[in-house]
Amino acid sequence: MAEKHPIRGVLAELDSPAALLTAARRVREAGYREFDCHSPFPIHGMDDAMGLRRSPLGWVVGGAAMLGVGSAILLQWWTSTVDYRFLISGKPYFSFQAYVPVTFGFGVLFAALAAGLGMLHFNRLPRLHHAVFSSERFRKVSDDGFFVSIEVGDRLFDADRTADFLRSIGATHVELLSD
Amino acid sequence: MPLEPRAYHLPDMPVPGRRALLLGFVGLVLCGVGMALDAPRFLQAYLTAYVFWVSIGLGALFFVMLHHLIGSQWSIVLRRITETVMFSLPLMAVFFIPIAFGLPLLYRWGDPEAVAADHILQHRSVYLNAAFFIARTLLYFIIWFLLSYRLYKWSLDEDSGYDEARRARMRRLSAVGMVLFAFTVSFAAFDWLMSLDAHWYSTIFGAYVFAGSVMAALCFLTLSVMALKRRGLLADIVTVEHYHDLGKLIFAFTIFWAYMAFSQYMLIWYANIPEETVWFAERWTGSWKTVSLLLVFGHFVIPFVLLMPKMMKRRPSFLMAIGLWLLVIHWVDLFWLVLPSLQHEGAVLSWMDPVAMLGIGGVFCGLFWRRLARHPLVPLGDPRLDASSRSDSH
Repeated sequence: MAEKHPIRGVLAELDSPAALLTAARRVREAGYREFDCHSPFPIHGMDDAMGLRRSPLGWVVGGAAMLGVGSAILLQWWTSTVDYRFLISGKPYFSFQAYVPVTFGFGVLFAALAAGLGMLHFNRLPRLHHAVFSSERFRKVSDDGFFVSIEVGDRLFDADRTADFLRSIGATHVELLSD
Repeated sequence: MPLEPRAYHLPDMPVPGRRALLLGFVGLVLCGVGMALDAPRFLQAYLTAYVFWVSIGLGALFFVMLHHLIGSQWSIVLRRITETVMFSLPLMAVFFIPIAFGLPLLYRWGDPEAVAADHILQHRSVYLNAAFFIARTLLYFIIWFLLSYRLYKWSLDEDSGYDEARRARMRRLSAVGMVLFAFTVSFAAFDWLMSLDAHWYSTIFGAYVFAGSVMAALCFLTLSVMALKRRGLLADIVTVEHYHDLGKLIFAFTIFWAYMAFSQYMLIWYANIPEETVWFAERWTGSWKTVSLLLVFGHFVIPFVLLMPKMMKRRPSFLMAIGLWLLVIHWVDLFWLVLPSLQHEGAVLSWMDPVAMLGIGGVFCGLFWRRLARHPLVPLGDPRLDASSRSDSH
């Protein structure tokens, strides 16, 4: 049984958003890194409590927008001044005014795609299963459950001691997770 | 969280308010001198300054109505201050008098000789004539007065007790008001600014002026809040989260302004019809070209880049600097709308430009502070006031 279902982590339930916030801080202060907090709604201050760095997504989106803008200008410049020179109402071949809408559109398109795909990437999605879903209790997370999970990959992880630690910081229920 | 009255009440008219009023009166006296020395140039400076201050009142009216319509929570702590800015609109009707009297000097369509020699102006005289122009302006002010008076009065009534029915009335009035607002602002922009060059027309012009106005009103609001906080008021009521939201809105409206400005420009550039392009041609010759470029960079590119990072919106000293800058650039924008159609020798500042700003602005700010001191700085009767001042309410 134990070989078939190795331990993946520990799941602890807290009884309120405030308790979850405190627990997140204590878990971080104890030195854990591979942990996560789960609640039915966003809790303000959670990023600080968990010690999360700012998401790098903004830079990715900004870079993609620049790429979109650059490629749109390149495309329009090449088509209208090199590949297929066509005089339109006596305007210069390279008329940046006319390029703005397409350039803007490309910028938005690239940025939106980068935001969507980047969000999936940084959230390590798509993913078909995670050990927390093997817990019956965890179903409450979309309704009224507040949880902290610490994963087995953490260098401080030790099934018994980590579970004891979680109890000591106010967890109302602690269980081991397996697949 | 029970509030201490000293956290939200100006005890009396503060010194800056009295100073502003005094400077305003000095400015108005100097305006009289300007009028006597060079009436046409004075009226141009005066119209620019006049539209500047009206636009701040209108932007505030928009923000108050929007607040009621969407029932937002974060802006409740800012609502009373916005309402106080909004209620400067009735005063602005008085300041229209010099424009009404100076009409033939300011607008070519108001000068009978010019009209007699110009068949386009004759054709348009059905709409563009002095009597109808003044009647329209009067109508705008009646509408703005009714909207701002009712919304301000009901809000003050609420301080002594919340009433769901009254709140519903505020919401209904805002819905009707928003439609009236869209028409009156657009037509006021057509009448006061666009008709300076009565041959030229652009249907997006009203939206362009509106975009700049809301941005300027948000900057004025931000600076007022900062001035109050510097006096130790609104501590713990208005927080950095509110600055962040104001910064985001200012950011959005600089972009919206640029969107409107470019939409207007590109269609005219593409169609390339002389009667339309002349307006931009005037603004792309000589020193006006520099002013046009200043607007492109100062009203859009630089604020866009600077306001993008989160940190910039959350640092009051920075937000104050950019708010002041955007108010200056809003004036430049109006200067750029008014002057080139009338002054063909280029962008030349006159001593009357700052004097007109001082005259109207001094009275505007002085009376703003006086109204602010009379009532609580926050809508005490709003049941969600407490939630609004907490940072987790967004």
